[in-house]
Amino acid sequence: MDYELPEELRMLQETVRRFVDRELIPIERETMEGPKLKPEAQEMLEEKAKAVGLWLYDVPEEYGGQGLGLLARAVVWAELARTIALPSRNVNIFGPIVSPILYFLNDEQKQRYLYPVLEGKLRHCFAQTEPDAGGDPGNMRTTAVRDGDDYIINGTKRFITGAADADFAQVIAATDREKGSRGGISAFLVDMDTPGVNLLRAQETMMHDRPWEIAFEDVRVPSENMIGGEGDGFKFAQNWISAGRIRHGARGIGVIERCLELGASYAKQRSTFGSPLAERQSVQWMLVDSYADLHMLKLMVYAAASKHDDGGDIRYDSYIVKYFGDTKSFEAADKCMQIHGGLGLTTDLPIEHMWRDQRSFIITEGPTEILKMALSRHVLRQYGD
Amino acid sequence: MKLLVAVKRVIDYNVKVRVKADETGVETANVKMSMNPFDEIAVEEAVRLLEDGTATEVVAVSLGVQQCQETIRTALAMGADRGIHVKTDEELQPLAVAKLLAKIVEKETPDIVILGKQAIDDDSNQTGQMLAGLLGWSQGTFASKVYLADGKANVTREVDGGLETLAINLPAIVTTDLRLNEPRYASLPNIMKAKKKEITEITPDELGVDVAPRLTTLKVTEPPKREGGIKVETVSDLIDKLKNEAGVI
Repeated sequence: MDYELPEELRMLQETVRRFVDRELIPIERETMEGPKLKPEAQEMLEEKAKAVGLWLYDVPEEYGGQGLGLLARAVVWAELARTIALPSRNVNIFGPIVSPILYFLNDEQKQRYLYPVLEGKLRHCFAQTEPDAGGDPGNMRTTAVRDGDDYIINGTKRFITGAADADFAQVIAATDREKGSRGGISAFLVDMDTPGVNLLRAQETMMHDRPWEIAFEDVRVPSENMIGGEGDGFKFAQNWISAGRIRHGARGIGVIERCLELGASYAKQRSTFGSPLAERQSVQWMLVDSYADLHMLKLMVYAAASKHDDGGDIRYDSYIVKYFGDTKSFEAADKCMQIHGGLGLTTDLPIEHMWRDQRSFIITEGPTEILKMALSRHVLRQYGD
Repeated sequence: MKLLVAVKRVIDYNVKVRVKADETGVETANVKMSMNPFDEIAVEEAVRLLEDGTATEVVAVSLGVQQCQETIRTALAMGADRGIHVKTDEELQPLAVAKLLAKIVEKETPDIVILGKQAIDDDSNQTGQMLAGLLGWSQGTFASKVYLADGKANVTREVDGGLETLAINLPAIVTTDLRLNEPRYASLPNIMKAKKKEITEITPDELGVDVAPRLTTLKVTEPPKREGGIKVETVSDLIDKLKNEAGVI
């Protein structure tokens, strides 16, 4: 059993780390404008990302990308999370953002949607969450009702990242509310300029994102825009959502590492009542707790990602990775902030930014409680009589 | 034209080095190691010569423990064509390294050997010069610019008084200074390609070189801690302290 990353991934890790240290951290407080990269930063960083050879690193080889496995991607995500220079959601300096669901389109749909996205001609958003259905999507109210060769979609989606810039949305809607998540949910490709699609408002949040609320009012979508068959909406989502949860854990690794770097350095510099903070046990323990969490998180992320790359089912592993990673990285940011005192609250340092982002991840893309609820079913089944 | 580049595995430049408790050396257990930064510059220079068509092959060589292969692999990921690992667990001092490199040069017959001017671990700054001496080759050390023309290497060197440019005959030894170039990242596609590139292993015995240390390290200690200074009221106080307390004038 080998707990070391393979040699080429250690080299990749080193390359990304240097990239982050040299190109991103020095400018990390100047790259963003609201939830987006400034256009000049976007252009400059895309060029640099190409020099590092990371362009399309997460796109499968058959679509012209580099097809990195989940473990390799986790290594990249972890290193990138050491800086706040890039958006915490939808990092797009390594090529267009391609939602993995698009790889499941049929050939005709790929021509219309996937390839233009890969060429940077079309942008998309993912519309699942609703005002009354977030972590329990089976309960969603948005409906798609068959009408001849079309479906008519009605409902409201909330917290949709990137909706205003999107040319089309992947809309998840109930084709049979009785069945719910057991075959009653379907996925559709909906052009944003279709009559009846209305952007209601952008929501200001404490996180680094400004998601939109969208209303669908009698939106007519041809049946050839359905992804898979009726009721397949969840089938497609499940296998890539597991991989997406690993991203949270990987991100946590980078955040904890940066918080340790910042916290330990400051603890050694800053003296109170005649001795450095680093000599006080209360501070030492904060750092050690984060360090131990980092160690556990790395083992979890690497193990789950390699299992996925070997074809294993990581649904339950991914639940643990997500809530553990998000929670522990938030705690690390919180401790780092406490060690820095008032400085930790300032926007001169990246800590408050990481703190806000990591707090938001405990809620978004699967809140801790829902993951634990799903895990508890697994635990009761496996260990209960 | 064939180039040989020597790359050394050293403690990473970001690591704060600690002296071992028994004063026999510095702590290397659980410490991040990477390629000597001056050697990265050497690899970069060689790869640029390869890319502009001046060179046809770049061979990276590293000497020492098994993990030196990782350092070679990094050179391969930066663009070197193949690697040679002289494998030994013995301590290698500059003279031994120069002798081993001289043997590799005999086998490989490169036109130029490019090395870092020194390694950041022991800062010896000897290997390149010794290698030139052993081979009887011309040398251009501390290069801040290298330009090849008419069978000569024009090497601009950083010397105390400024810059000096030498035209040296090939074959030659070039050692790199900090400002020669800015090394590239080992890019993702090249890291993947490097996996398939060949690294040949050889031992000092097979090369017929006696690597036994000629120098003995008596002890390694931390530099003395700086103590806080004092402020004096007048110049005569200062002179008095320098004379009578510090004893320096």
